[in-house]
Amino acid sequence: MAEIVIKGVAKQFGAFTALHSVDLTIADQEFMVLLGASGCGKTTLLRIIAGLEAPSQGEVWIGGRRVDHLPPRARGIAMVFQNYAVFPHLTVFENIAFGLRMANMPQAEVERRVTRTAELMHIGQLLKRYSGELSGGQRQRVAVARALAMEPDVILMDEPLSNLDALLRLEMRAELKGVLAQSKTTTIYVTHDQVEAMSLADRISVMNGGYIVQADRPTEVYRNPAARFVGSFIGNPPMNFLPASPDGAGRWRVAGRVFDGPHAEAAEFAIRPEDLQAASDGLNAEVRVVEPLGPHTLITAEVAGQPFRAVLESDRQVAPGDVITLAPVPDRIRWFDPETHKAIA
Amino acid sequence: MNRALPYLLLLPASLFLLVFFFYPFGLVVVESLTRGGEWTTENFTRMTGHWKFSTAFWNTIWLTAIVVPVQLIMALAMASVVQKLKTGRAGLLYIFAIPLGISDLAAGLVWLAIFEQSGFLNSILHAFGVIDRPQLYLGYQSLWVIFLAVCLAEIWRATAIMMVIIVAGMGLIPKEYNEAAEVFGASAWQRFTRVTLPLLRPSLQTALILRILMAFEVFAVVMALGGTTLPVLMGETFQWQFQLQDRGVAAAYAMVILGLSVAFSLVVLRLLHVPKGARI
Ligand SMILES: Nc1ncnc2c1ncn2[C@@H]1O[C@H](COP(=O)(O)OP(=O)(O)OP(=O)(O)O)[C@@H](O)[C@H]1O
Ligand SMILES: [Mg+2]
Repeated sequence: MAEIVIKGVAKQFGAFTALHSVDLTIADQEFMVLLGASGCGKTTLLRIIAGLEAPSQGEVWIGGRRVDHLPPRARGIAMVFQNYAVFPHLTVFENIAFGLRMANMPQAEVERRVTRTAELMHIGQLLKRYSGELSGGQRQRVAVARALAMEPDVILMDEPLSNLDALLRLEMRAELKGVLAQSKTTTIYVTHDQVEAMSLADRISVMNGGYIVQADRPTEVYRNPAARFVGSFIGNPPMNFLPASPDGAGRWRVAGRVFDGPHAEAAEFAIRPEDLQAASDGLNAEVRVVEPLGPHTLITAEVAGQPFRAVLESDRQVAPGDVITLAPVPDRIRWFDPETHKAIA
Repeated sequence: MNRALPYLLLLPASLFLLVFFFYPFGLVVVESLTRGGEWTTENFTRMTGHWKFSTAFWNTIWLTAIVVPVQLIMALAMASVVQKLKTGRAGLLYIFAIPLGISDLAAGLVWLAIFEQSGFLNSILHAFGVIDRPQLYLGYQSLWVIFLAVCLAEIWRATAIMMVIIVAGMGLIPKEYNEAAEVFGASAWQRFTRVTLPLLRPSLQTALILRILMAFEVFAVVMALGGTTLPVLMGETFQWQFQLQDRGVAAAYAMVILGLSVAFSLVVLRLLHVPKGARI
């Protein structure tokens, strides 16, 4: 049982605030992904949970126990470091075995676990090597194996697959998910790869500038961004935004067209590029760039002077300079407050 | 041209070494193995036959065996503390390094001023009424006191050199290794023995070899505190060279010191060997 509760955790480095009062609850055995741009405080939050950094304010609870005053080793966690921290003076075997040795595990059990996790991470043939004799990706997998071998209640992973090639990454991702689900571990997984986040997470916490902007199920984060930032950060290409002016109660004029919208003072119109259909009636878009991606064609156009992207069927013939009409799928339109950038229901 | 340049730049220094080091060194080797122009081992038999040889040999070994480990432990402890400091680190290092600026003879004299009959130790003990008249500490009746005084003076004088090397070495170890060890359950002591020490091996090699060589050459401190009462190898070399005017035996002593230095350096290198690929 290892529920993680973070209450009002803030962190200042001198005058710089890396985390602003973060509140987050991660359920027992949940797979939580922290997603955000570089420098938004993901590693800092992870290090505070691990006990490598003391929070400036706030509390950290793991499994019903307040831990923010406890040293890392008393917290029942294992961690994959962003820069691996694979011990250079130990072989791969001894690296993976490190935590088990500290726990005085019998040799037979150590061997069983090391072999199993090494196989899982496809580094079984490297057990006798030193870290200086490994590639970056191999070193990273040693770091993951070292954490998995602990079979901990809580595992913290800081971009554990960032250095692998696309194919291996896909494979490792699937294996990690399987192993962690089986082992009943509570996982916090940092990444800035949104596909990885989507595919692994039970819930995603989107971070921005030291705040958690939204923490929800992947589809929810994708479909119903709680803030403009989430829409613009998640999705490739990201959401399109257009200014809207009121046109009667609950009706908004966007790029010369009128849509049903919220009852509010002001609003901004948003739609995902894949939620647009080529139709005879819709937004007029002047095509600038056409990028065929295989199954789809990505179009960068201009709507009312704003950059605007659309994902169209690849059999559709368009050329730069064409003016096409794009119809937003009505129930996929989202509205944001232009002041607070929060979603308007 | 480009490939030759580094060698050309090093040439003057290399020549200097060859002329002023290896040449005289070769002469000493020859000296130790000849007598009156004949090749012989007589210098060595004379040396070992003299009653002071074995005392000098074992005194030197014992001094090294006591002083170096004590210094190593102290230097490691001090370096660990200095390493943790956030401010005032440079200042502390300077303070610790002060004895380094003093020559070994001066260091010996400092401790002589403490231990001699009219020295500080007697004054203090007398002032506190522990003794009623000055004691003779460094006499030939109490050899072990001289030995102890030499150990103290050596530790005081040369611990800093090891510490400075170790502090520099610790600075090279990225802190993430210690953090990883901490997360994976290592106590402070385990982190020190399982992570810091192994990663410090290159620095330990340097510090130990440097210090062991210095210890085998201990001379001025012993002279200042004990004269010839406590014979050591270097002291005997000096005696044979200048007092007894026997350059052959003096050269043989020099060879013994060299042999010890080489042997122990090899032992240190072997024990603290870092396998290829296991470096930071
Ligand atoms: N020890 C420190 N001292 C001062 N500032 C720090 C320190 N550690 C982190 N920061 C700052 O805090 C912010 C958050 O850093 P953090 O490492 O948590 O980012 P991150 O989200 O993990 O980024 P990335 O994706 O690049 O790893 C950054 O702006 C960084 O410059
Ligand atoms: Mg980071």
